[in-house]
Amino acid sequence: MISCLGISKKYVSVEALKDITFEVPQGEIFGVIGPDGAGKTTLFRILTTLMLADSGTATVNGLDVVKDYREIRNHVGYMPGRFSLYRDLTVEENLNFFAKVFHTTVKENYDLVKDIYVQLEPFRKRRADALSGGMKQKLALSCALIHKPAALFLDEPTTGVDPVSRKEFWGMLQNLKRQGITILVSTPYMDEAALCDRMALIRNGSFLAIDTPEGITAQFSKPLWAVRSNRMSKLLADLRAGDGVESCFAFGDRHHVTLKREEPGRLREYLANQGHQDVEIDRIQPGIEDCFIRLTMP
Amino acid sequence: MMFLSFVKKEFLHIFRDPRTMLITLGMPVAQIILFGFAITTEVKNVRMAVFDPSHDISTQRIISRMQASEYFDMTQVLHTADDINSAFNKGKAELVAVFSDRFDENLLRAGKASVQLIADATDPNQAAMLTAYASNIIADYRQELLREHRIPFLIEPEIQMLYNPQMKSAYNFVPGVMGLILTLICAMMTSIAIVREKEVGTMEALLVSPLRPVWIILAKVAPYFTLSIVNIISILLLSVFVLDVPVSGSMFWLAVVALMFIIVALLLGIVISSVATTQVTAMLASGMLLMMPVLLLSGMIFPIENMPVILQWISNIIPARWFITAVRKVMIEGLGVSYVAKELAILAGMAVFLIAVSVKTFKIRLS
Repeated sequence: MISCLGISKKYVSVEALKDITFEVPQGEIFGVIGPDGAGKTTLFRILTTLMLADSGTATVNGLDVVKDYREIRNHVGYMPGRFSLYRDLTVEENLNFFAKVFHTTVKENYDLVKDIYVQLEPFRKRRADALSGGMKQKLALSCALIHKPAALFLDEPTTGVDPVSRKEFWGMLQNLKRQGITILVSTPYMDEAALCDRMALIRNGSFLAIDTPEGITAQFSKPLWAVRSNRMSKLLADLRAGDGVESCFAFGDRHHVTLKREEPGRLREYLANQGHQDVEIDRIQPGIEDCFIRLTMP
Repeated sequence: MMFLSFVKKEFLHIFRDPRTMLITLGMPVAQIILFGFAITTEVKNVRMAVFDPSHDISTQRIISRMQASEYFDMTQVLHTADDINSAFNKGKAELVAVFSDRFDENLLRAGKASVQLIADATDPNQAAMLTAYASNIIADYRQELLREHRIPFLIEPEIQMLYNPQMKSAYNFVPGVMGLILTLICAMMTSIAIVREKEVGTMEALLVSPLRPVWIILAKVAPYFTLSIVNIISILLLSVFVLDVPVSGSMFWLAVVALMFIIVALLLGIVISSVATTQVTAMLASGMLLMMPVLLLSGMIFPIENMPVILQWISNIIPARWFITAVRKVMIEGLGVSYVAKELAILAGMAVFLIAVSVKTFKIRLS
């Protein structure tokens, strides 16, 4: 269980975290979703006792992150944002080393890391720097898990990892969750947010919303329309200039649009007048990213 | 157990990095051999002057022999004793041979004559060689006389070293190289190794573990401590068996002095590592703050007595200075422990001070 009450942290001139309050019950996957520089890493470092907050209190498993920092260090697994294993040591040596550091052996907790480590087994004599991005990340997760932590802190674990490995990785997290491990995970990828039990959207050091993925998308109050035509780049400019349009953002092969009055027919007319052909306007369900953008809109 | 596996990991880092291996194990050997052999100046065509008041057959024969040798160039014949000094001051001579009055007469009558060899000993190694060569030439002449007259004449070359009369740095480089190598391995390599964990990000993973940060530091330090001892042993073996610089004092006290200095240097490395955040800063800090002063101010190359007063003051705070002095006393001069008590006490004081500083700057968290 993780709880955070009014945590603030200021660097020289930047407020990295502003009055962060949230709680994560045991066995939940809690996502911290936000762009680079939003304050995710600072939050993780405070919760893993690596950094002191300027104000506020936080506990992990009921232990205070300042007072009981030594005890907490026995019970948490932390995977920093940077690859933080020894590149000149082999897969096996890295794992054995971290097991020893946490007073345990690979054998003792093998069942916990088995699913992950099985994939690394063929490369166990290979040095960590010769592993692929996905493999590195699996090794890092194994090392963070080897002492069966009660809470797992994963700071952007999937950044720089290919989509297939990312999907696999989230599958592993679901397995760990079933074993009762509380997981706090940060990511800049909105599509991963839907895989969390609950999540917080963070921007400039503040939480914009804390809810389940469904709860977050339900907060999107307006109908959302996806628009495409034969001239996509002109379309974006025309949509933004259109007077019935409230907001418009480019999303891959379509533009997501909200309207001031729900009159898609009018929009179609307007676009035809602007010389667009093959115009498609469909009502869609908003995703996490739509919500994030809407929440951060001025 | 946890500690040992950490130390083992640390050794793996060292063994797997060719550059670290080269610096920690290759460098000491290379330095000793460099200082021992390569940096001996070849004696050839050295400017020499003579002051020969007797001006007789014997002195002429000795002088022409010297002139004939490839070592010496006779640049000046001095007419008064006062000229000797000015010949040195003007740099016209590096060696002056001064024959006694009525040299030949004394030699034949009393069977004994003396010649004084005065050398500029600012470069002590060179000065020692010059006087040795000149003495050899004189000894040759004596042999020749012996064959001619069958009387054992005695020509006493009386050697005088100018500017550095005790030839203090003759064996200087062995203690000096020890000081340099230990500073390099203990302070520089250790600080870089610790800072590397910070820079690469592994320190984050280590700190979020039950491992006490004190043990992290000690485990990082342990291999370099071991390597330092290996290096001291290899430097001593090289100096005894290859360079013929014997250990004339107590081996035990030499070890005590070395251990004391290793501890001080390791502490310096730890202090640097707690301030520096990147390997480059750690290297520059230990390079500029430690290596340069060791080279220039510790008395390894330039005798401390000849330095300007300010530099002498600065040299007092350089641990290597006290180490080098102590090693010189114990190893080279063969003095007992009572003579190095001061140096040991100063090093111990520095160790206590550095322990206090490193405890103070020690971090249980990031930043």
